[in-house]
Formats: sequence, C-alpha cells, structure tokens
Amino acid sequence: MIRRGIFKHPKNDLEGEIRRDRTPGPSVPEELCVTCPTCRKMLFRDALAESSYVCPHCGWHFRISARRRIEITADEGTFRELNTKIVSRNILSFPGYDEKLEQARRSESGKDEVVCGTCRIGGFTSCVFAMEPSFMMGSMGTAVGEKITRLFEYAAEHRLPVVGFTVSGGARMQEGILSLMQMAKTSGAVRRHSEAGLLYVAVLTNPTTGGVTASFAMEADIILAEPGALIGFAGPRVIEQTIRQKLPPGFQRAEFLLEKGFVDQISNRKTQKRLLTRLLEFHAGGADE
Amino acid sequence: MNAYEKLLAARADGRPTAKNYIERLFQNFIELHGDRRYGDDSAVITGIGTLGRIPVTVIGIEKGHGTKEKVARNFGSAHPEGYRKALRQMKLAEKFRRPVICLVDTSGAYCGIGAEERGQGQAIAENLMELMGLRVPVVSILIGEGGSGGALALAVADEVWMLENAVYSVISPEGCASILWKNPKRVGDAAEYLKITAQDLLSMNVIDRIIPEGIGFTKTCAFLKIQLIRTLKRSRALTEEELVSQRYEKFRRIGSDFQ
Ligand SMILES: [Zn+2]
Repeated sequence: MIRRGIFKHPKNDLEGEIRRDRTPGPSVPEELCVTCPTCRKMLFRDALAESSYVCPHCGWHFRISARRRIEITADEGTFRELNTKIVSRNILSFPGYDEKLEQARRSESGKDEVVCGTCRIGGFTSCVFAMEPSFMMGSMGTAVGEKITRLFEYAAEHRLPVVGFTVSGGARMQEGILSLMQMAKTSGAVRRHSEAGLLYVAVLTNPTTGGVTASFAMEADIILAEPGALIGFAGPRVIEQTIRQKLPPGFQRAEFLLEKGFVDQISNRKTQKRLLTRLLEFHAGGADE
Repeated sequence: MNAYEKLLAARADGRPTAKNYIERLFQNFIELHGDRRYGDDSAVITGIGTLGRIPVTVIGIEKGHGTKEKVARNFGSAHPEGYRKALRQMKLAEKFRRPVICLVDTSGAYCGIGAEERGQGQAIAENLMELMGLRVPVVSILIGEGGSGGALALAVADEVWMLENAVYSVISPEGCASILWKNPKRVGDAAEYLKITAQDLLSMNVIDRIIPEGIGFTKTCAFLKIQLIRTLKRSRALTEEELVSQRYEKFRRIGSDFQ
C-alpha cells in the first residue's frame, strides 16, 4: 500500500511553527531593543510601538498580543470588554492539560485566549474580537468558540458590525471533539449575524490555520490579511510530510491567497485602522439602509 | 473494544464504505458529478435516490476498496472541489425540498498544494455555514473514520449518527501523540484521551444515536433504513424555521457550559 491516508499525520503543527518563530523573536519582548527577524536590524521598542509593531526598514509585521491589537485598532478609551469570565477548563480531564493552561496563564498575556467586546473604530461603533497568539498557539477550544459565538450573537442583537482579528494554530486538541464542534457553533453564529444584514470584516494575521481558517476566518464578508501572514487549512509541515516535497516559497502566505482569490486585500497594519474605518463607514446601517 | 481497537476497526480494510451503504439503503440511485467550478472529486459521491418512497439527496465520502480504487478515490480525502460538489447537491436538495443524507468516512480533508491553492479552509467553512441554514432535513452518519474538519463539513446535521465502531476526532491520534509527546507510538493513549468512540460522543451529546454493527452489514443497513425513514417522517412535522433553529441550538449547546 502506498499510503495509509493522511489521518496519521499531524493536522495541526503550528505549535512547531510558532515555536520556531519564537527563537528570532517576532513577538515583542520586554527589552529596550529588539532585532527584526527578517532584516536583522536593531529596533528600539518605543519606535516599534510608534509604528504599530511593523519594522520601519523591511515592513515585517511583529506578532502582537490581543490587547495590543485592540489598543491600536479601537479609538482611545472606547473598548468595553464582554464575557471576561469565560476561560478554558479541562473538560475531558486530558492528562497534562491543566498544567498547560496554568503555564499559559502565567505568561505575559495572562488568561486572555480571545479578547471580545465593543469599541469605536474611527468613530464607528463595532464589535471586535482579537485572538491571543501566545495562549497555547491561539488554539480554539470551547472557551474561544463560546466567546466568539456570544460576540456574534451580541452583535446581531444590537445590530453592530464585527471586526475580528484571527491568529490560530487550529483546534485545541486537549478538548477533543468539543473543540471541533466549535467550528460548527461559530459558523452558525456568523450565519445568523450575516442574515441580519450586518457586516463582518476579518483580518487574518500570522498565522491563521486549521479549524479557525476552516470556519469563521473564511466566513467574513470582507477578508483582509496582513502582509506575509501564513494562512491555510493544513500547516506547511503537514503538507510537506503528506506530499513528500518542499513547498515553493511564498506558499500559503497572504499574497498567495490574494492571487488565488481568497482574500480581498493585503492590509498593512500601519494603514489598517483607516481601511477598517472606511469599510465600517461604507456599510454603516448594515444592508437595509 | 478500547478506543485504539475501535480506531483500527474503523480503518480496517474490507470495512463497508459509503458506496456499499448507498447500494443497500437507496433505490433508483442516480449519481451526479462535479462542482461546476473546478472538477469532479472522486473522493465524494453525490446523487439522488429514494429511501423507501422518500426522494433524497445522498452525499458520501468514499475510500474505495482495493489499491487501485483507493488511489482513484484519493483514500477518501476530499479536495475543496469535493466539498463544493457536496454543497452544490445540498443547494439542489433545498431547491427541490428533499432531505440530505450524508455518509462520512474520511481520515481528513486532503493536505496538499492543490487543496490549499483552491481554498480547502474556505470550502469547509462555506459548507459549515450553509449547512447551518439549509432549509431541508439533514442526517449525517459516520460510518468509519470521522477525521476533523473534513468530516464536520458533511456533519452539521439535525441528527448525527455513528456506527458502533466508527470514530470521530479533532485530530488523528497519531498526530496528537506526535505533537504532544513527540512520540507517535503513544497513539493508544491519545485515542483514549481524545474520546473518539461513538459511546464517548453519545455521552457528550455530540452525536444522537449509535447504530449497532455486531448484527452484520445487511441487518445494520436494514436497521439504518428504518431509522432514517422514521426520522425523516418525524421531521415533516417541523417548519423550515423550526428545523434550522433546532439545528442551530443543537450545536450551540456544545461546549457552552460557562457562566
Ligand atoms: Zn525588518
């Protein structure tokens, strides 16, 4: 037999991907200076913050936390957080998961898995969610699924658009089938929000893969992607293992998805808020006005 | 059988595939090909037929029997065009108001260059969203392997049933073991911890019914047919709105136990 089928290969190897990325330090550490992982130039933290965590020399988009994401997107002082008490639990009693959750909560970004709420963006009231890359690789378990679902339900009820920032290694395997079901649950909530004639803009950031790509990330009315972001269903390593060959450069990057017709625009973080504002302004009032 | 034994049983050579069920369950089956966008994915069989006297749309993921057919069916791993082929038939079912029966048996959606280029994630996402609002009854039966999103794309249904020895998982136990413990040999542990058996999933209300297999394939199909006809007759009492709203609520409840 040639091959037993791909069920044997890891579906979700972004854990590895993020770990590899972490070595050159694409997220912003606490030190005064940081080296850009692509052009290797030394950057001052303060200057980096000024430029929305985009390298001024080569345009590399540093991975940023959910809180920082909201900070650079929401009008100052307008963010009101929703459903702060929904946090992951070890529902299947999966060995080692409690420790992983504890460890994740001790990190810089604390207990955030996805931050949800309302805010104004360029003066336009919107619901917003931002996934947290540092919490177990931005994986989606029942807590993330429930928060996203509640946000879309809240947005439908209050007739608000949704702006969502995705970053995810895929499903949270320690929650087994229950995490897979979050793809269906969130898709249902996105659909109801959409049927109410309301706008949903997704901003796909590096990396967005697995179950999140195969659900709410790809279900937006308008899909933006940050430059160079890895976006796909299967992670690159899984594909390489399956097809036993190297992937061409740029494969599954945002620019590749634009070319293939799966995203509307590449959105540089420095001009992103302006673009979001224009989109919200254009659709103000939803589909019925 | 423990979870690992069930995993092996679900993958076993000679286990009946979608095609075998289609032959037994439906009369007057007419196969309909293609997604009208890119091509015809032979990993997915779609068509129309009658169940008793009820006209239905049938969608099945087919692994094939024997090496040659398995290769031709891509071992039951669908490309995006397979999911879009299924979606086209779902929309036709909605237009002609006939129920949809899905037979799911896949190790997962295919991971390859073409699959990514043509938007595997988008194709699955679209099916999830469309199934959530499809205005005709949908019943999905996991007959063998239910591999992650590639299985879920055909399993957002009013009723989700599993064969006694079928498995349904967010990730392959091998994949889970190699990511978590860097040790694919711990597949047995992963299979147990992931809770992939029909019995586990029924207790978590992820599925609605277990179809017995011990009685032999012919009797299993006879039993399945009676249950399907009963279920479809029962669903006639519901309005389209009730049907869609009950489907939403069914999935809405899963993993929603937070304050
Ligand atoms: Zn740089």
